Amino acid sequence: MGFLDALLGRTKPVQPKLDDLFALPSAAITLEAGAGFKPTGSGSVCFRPVEGKSFDDVQKDITELLDVSSGQEGGLPVEVTKDSYGFTWIVSSRMSNELDALVTDLHAVNSSLVDNGFGPQLLCTMVAFRDDKERRLALIYLYKRGTFYPFAPTTGERRDNALELQVKGVIGDDLKFEPDLARWFPVWGAPGL
Amino acid sequence: MAARTRYAPDRGLTARMTATMFLLGLVFVGFIAAIIGIGAATHASDAVIVLFAIVLGGGFAIGSLFYSDKIALNTARAVVVGPDDGERARYLHGIVDRVCALADMPKPRVAIAPSPIPNAFATGRNADKAVLCVTDSIMNKLEPAELEGVIAHELSHVAHKDVQVMTIASFLAIVAALLIRISFYGEIFGGGGGRGRGNNNGGGIYILFILMAVSIVVYAVSFLLIRMLSRYRELAADRSGALLTGQPSALKSALVKVTGDMARIPTRDLRTAEPLNAFFFAPAMRLSAPGGKKSLSTIFSTHPSLERRLEELDKVQRQLSQGR
Repeated sequence: MGFLDALLGRTKPVQPKLDDLFALPSAAITLEAGAGFKPTGSGSVCFRPVEGKSFDDVQKDITELLDVSSGQEGGLPVEVTKDSYGFTWIVSSRMSNELDALVTDLHAVNSSLVDNGFGPQLLCTMVAFRDDKERRLALIYLYKRGTFYPFAPTTGERRDNALELQVKGVIGDDLKFEPDLARWFPVWGAPGL
Repeated sequence: MAARTRYAPDRGLTARMTATMFLLGLVFVGFIAAIIGIGAATHASDAVIVLFAIVLGGGFAIGSLFYSDKIALNTARAVVVGPDDGERARYLHGIVDRVCALADMPKPRVAIAPSPIPNAFATGRNADKAVLCVTDSIMNKLEPAELEGVIAHELSHVAHKDVQVMTIASFLAIVAALLIRISFYGEIFGGGGGRGRGNNNGGGIYILFILMAVSIVVYAVSFLLIRMLSRYRELAADRSGALLTGQPSALKSALVKVTGDMARIPTRDLRTAEPLNAFFFAPAMRLSAPGGKKSLSTIFSTHPSLERRLEELDKVQRQLSQGR
């Protein structure tokens, strides 16, 4: 935000950065080789709903679009949930080897929102991973930063920071990682994780 | 582009804010010109008084800028909390995390103040030093979406650098207030001394009187303009906050709940909250204007009226729900 905008109180909404999302499939291969985490096939997009019919229409279009596309390929329909903070999560579940298709689904949600002028409402997108010991891991993409960070919840509301840092070490070169650790905010109970 | 039209800035508000700042600048330029004029017509001893007031006023302004967070937190008896300090802190951090991620801004420190007044404020001289404080009663009173609206409003103040802008805006008003005081004492005590000096008896008093009159006018005008600027910045923060969360009606209901509650609380409990008023989400102090004298309390208050704020949020609501 420029000097004049700050002075005059004109906050410009931050537009999301979308393209880096497509680096995910290749990073997933490195992650499996380096840390043993495989994609579960589920991923989600989290955004802040806007009140009013205009946004409701867009959201309806998105779920219909994803339902049709996953229905054709024999996938599960998408699921829409609302979390306790009032954010909406659209969860797409694919087979665990269909990460490319999953990323395409997630990107479809992004581009529908951006095309309709709701790009600033996008918060994050999440892709779930699991290893043989059933440890859970999510790679989270922050739209406003265009960066990824790992989130590994354990029991209760604790996160496995060691695992998160290990993941950063493994795929830090494949993905643009969020350098500011203060922005690795937890998403407890995120749907699809 | 659709995105541009949906989040278009409010031109009217921008224009009014620019006009206010321009007038404020004009008053200050006039003030400085008057001081230089007085200084040129008089002796060095009077110029020293002015210089002293500017240095002292500058000291006050810089001090309040640098210690704004500490002063505000101490006055509110607020405690900075981390995400692991209990259920409430975790809940609050969860909301702040998400709003900061939406707005792409660094996360401020988060504090909770024990107070029966439902309110919130953000202070600190820049975004890295910012601290966001909510009272525990506002957390009890508001639904998560409403609290999120309040937090988005406060974070907009941080993004708009309101602490810096208001400190700079207040700087010469502080100087003017100091000059009024100094020249007032100068007239009382300097009167006796001036006669003894012989060659400028009466003249010094006369000039001190002009200095005081100019300072009073500058102080009064800039006080009104600063209050006006503060009200516009509240509206701007309301607007940005509502655009950020996409839920203007949640912010509206928060405002109605909070201001409704504050009107019911007796004033003697509010005395401790007075110094913080300019930073608050809703004013904790009200000028007790009897019915019908509403216009007077409006020009003196730091916050716009509830009706005005709701009206502006209606505009945001229409803007967000418009078709493409």
